Amino acid sequence: MKKSVFLGTVAATTLVAGVAAAATLDDVKARDQLICGVNVGLTGFGAPDASGNYQGFDVAICKAVAAAVLGDPAKVKYVPTTGETRFTALASGEVDLLVRNSTWTYSRDTDLKFDFVGVNYYDGQGFMVKKALGVSSAKELEGATICIQTGTTTELNLADFFKANNMSYTPVTIQDDAEGQRQYIAGACDAYTTDASGLAAVRATLPDAAEHVILPEIISKEPLGPVVRHGDNNWGDIVRWTFYALVAAEEYGITSANVNDIGATTQNPEVKRLLGAEGEYGAMMGLDQEWAKRAIAASGNYGEIFAANIGESTPIALARGLNALWTQGGLMYAPPFR
Amino acid sequence: MTMATSVPKESFRLSMLLYDTRFRSYTIQIVVLILFLAALGWLVNNTVQNLAAKDRTFDFGFLFNRAGYDINPHLINYTNDDTHGRALLVGLLNTLSVAIFGCIFATILGVAAGVLRLSSNWIVARLMTVYVEITRNVPVLLWIIVTYVALAETTSPPSAFKITPDMVKEGIAPEASMHLWSSVAITNREISIPAPLVRHSLGSIDFGLFSLSLDFLAFVALLVASIAVSRWLGRRATRIQEETGRRPLTWPLRAAVLILPVVALLTAQGFHLERPSMWKTDTNGDYILVDGTGQELVDANGLALPDAEGQRITSGFNFRGGIPLTHAFTALLVGLVFYTGAYIAEIVRAGILAVSRGQSEAAYALGLAPQRTMNLVVLPQALRVIVPPLISQYLNLTKNTSLAAAVSFMDLKGTLGGITMNQTGKELECMLLMMGIYLVLSLIISAVMNVYNKAVMLKER
Repeated sequence: MKKSVFLGTVAATTLVAGVAAAATLDDVKARDQLICGVNVGLTGFGAPDASGNYQGFDVAICKAVAAAVLGDPAKVKYVPTTGETRFTALASGEVDLLVRNSTWTYSRDTDLKFDFVGVNYYDGQGFMVKKALGVSSAKELEGATICIQTGTTTELNLADFFKANNMSYTPVTIQDDAEGQRQYIAGACDAYTTDASGLAAVRATLPDAAEHVILPEIISKEPLGPVVRHGDNNWGDIVRWTFYALVAAEEYGITSANVNDIGATTQNPEVKRLLGAEGEYGAMMGLDQEWAKRAIAASGNYGEIFAANIGESTPIALARGLNALWTQGGLMYAPPFR
Repeated sequence: MTMATSVPKESFRLSMLLYDTRFRSYTIQIVVLILFLAALGWLVNNTVQNLAAKDRTFDFGFLFNRAGYDINPHLINYTNDDTHGRALLVGLLNTLSVAIFGCIFATILGVAAGVLRLSSNWIVARLMTVYVEITRNVPVLLWIIVTYVALAETTSPPSAFKITPDMVKEGIAPEASMHLWSSVAITNREISIPAPLVRHSLGSIDFGLFSLSLDFLAFVALLVASIAVSRWLGRRATRIQEETGRRPLTWPLRAAVLILPVVALLTAQGFHLERPSMWKTDTNGDYILVDGTGQELVDANGLALPDAEGQRITSGFNFRGGIPLTHAFTALLVGLVFYTGAYIAEIVRAGILAVSRGQSEAAYALGLAPQRTMNLVVLPQALRVIVPPLISQYLNLTKNTSLAAAVSFMDLKGTLGGITMNQTGKELECMLLMMGIYLVLSLIISAVMNVYNKAVMLKER
């Protein structure tokens, strides 16, 4: 074959990846649905109720954001995530927003490229044991078997705590709260460790709650909050200020009951700005004037949400503690709406 | 001569790429190659662009950072101060331990079940049929979970083994007790078996990544040497038999060569078994006793009194000492062994049936007993059929160890593909690395088994 064969024009197909980081707000509006990553099942914070609808303290944030952006708190699709899958789900764009008692840490904020927009619950890690074990302090847990959710900060805190106290333990890694509860009840571990709020929630669902004690030691700081992807600042702002609107609403006495009237009757200019009776504040983040009004109407202000889901009148019976408003000795503090 | 010149010199036309069979295969191959490379390029490009869009990097530096989490069980020394790389290694060794024991036990079980399925004993053959059909027709994941639940739910918690001073005072015995002369403890968390230990250790060699016990090395070396000497004695006996027609009596000598040196070594080293226990001890390791009133017999420093008489009491949450086999490990191993064993049984049965009946009939005609017929005539020929599918069963078992996640066993998927991936957020790197490791493992198993296959293959002369 003398003639060398050239395969004409093999078009060098320029294959450009079509996934560009589109604005989450536009996506949500186009879809007319907010996709919210929540807990697989943690009573009080995020769990399906008897009729299969997600309810809880974290879920209320999803509803408020949906109400602010789409005008309807029901336009949310809940995606249950485990400690192991949650950040992948958020990073890959499977969910728009993650509200699943996730701890704000340095490396998650920077290295994992997420933005924690605020803290909706100030928590700390604790231990729960059976009363029959006769343990009154976490420092007596030398040699114990401890159930721990994988993919969490608690996993690392636990290792640090036992190292600092020169004690040994056997970890049993579990995927989610439900499995942890099962293993703990079955006696596969002596102690169950997670955020103190989570322990209270688990304890509340046990048939023999009085037989279990939460040990006094709180071994870590766990600021839990809603998370969005890094880079879409407007979407981060929307989630952040929706949450702060709920906190500010509690501070100014705006409740789900009076939110529709108070905007007209109040003389407080901050409340007027918040509820859209004055200025053009909604437009600054691409929303309408009444975004905050709808967010507050969805499940009430921060205090109402707390009381309805995890407060002292519920079986979980958590005190406000650090989560009280700054005016009442807590850490909840919304920057000014101005 | 005219023949050579009469062939018309055909000029090349582009359509020949498609219509000429001489070129068509090249055309197709080149097109397929281009499509494949384009698809690969698109995937890589897509990944690079998306990583850039998310402002993420692609590097394996995290393997050298502190892991910060604990792993149970770990076969090599590991603390949470070690790196993610070492955590990977711990997970890999856990995977390997299940894979290796799994392959060994599955082979034993499968060969036994496969041979027994062909048994002339009706009940035995049917029982094996039931085993094979039930086991391989249910997903292995379910077998693993069922075994785990059965182990965890039917056993007592460690607290049931407790003996408190109050119990001594009131003469109450603990609810649960250990098995096999108090050497094995089965709790709802683990099965603790005695650990072989030596008092006078030879130490160990540290290889950085892991350390090798010299005691174990000496034991294996001595055993290998003993076997070599024993086989030499056997060959010598055969030689004498061939020369003189009389075979010298060698078995007492061979048995002595096999047993005595090992026993001597173990005795010299002070070999003993460390039983798991929950007994309360003082700082010297002496048992603390209580008298009939439930009072601890200790001196002012909390040390046990030397000549005190009384009963031992327990302390702590778990059994200490011995080798703890977690239920996750046991369940994974048992599930995989029974499941893969059923497939191996079918392979073995097929292999035996593939050997012509004439072979065993000829063996019987020569006067060989059924046992020796199986071992000397049938199995060696059946192996040629058995080994190739057996390789894929070993590969399946090894890959199926990643089902460990279902029972929270910390295998490679649990460490590298679980906690490390989660804490570092390096999904792509961890997944690629994990796939690479499983690939290498499988290729190694294939290579080793292929060598064995070559050895048993029909040798055509």
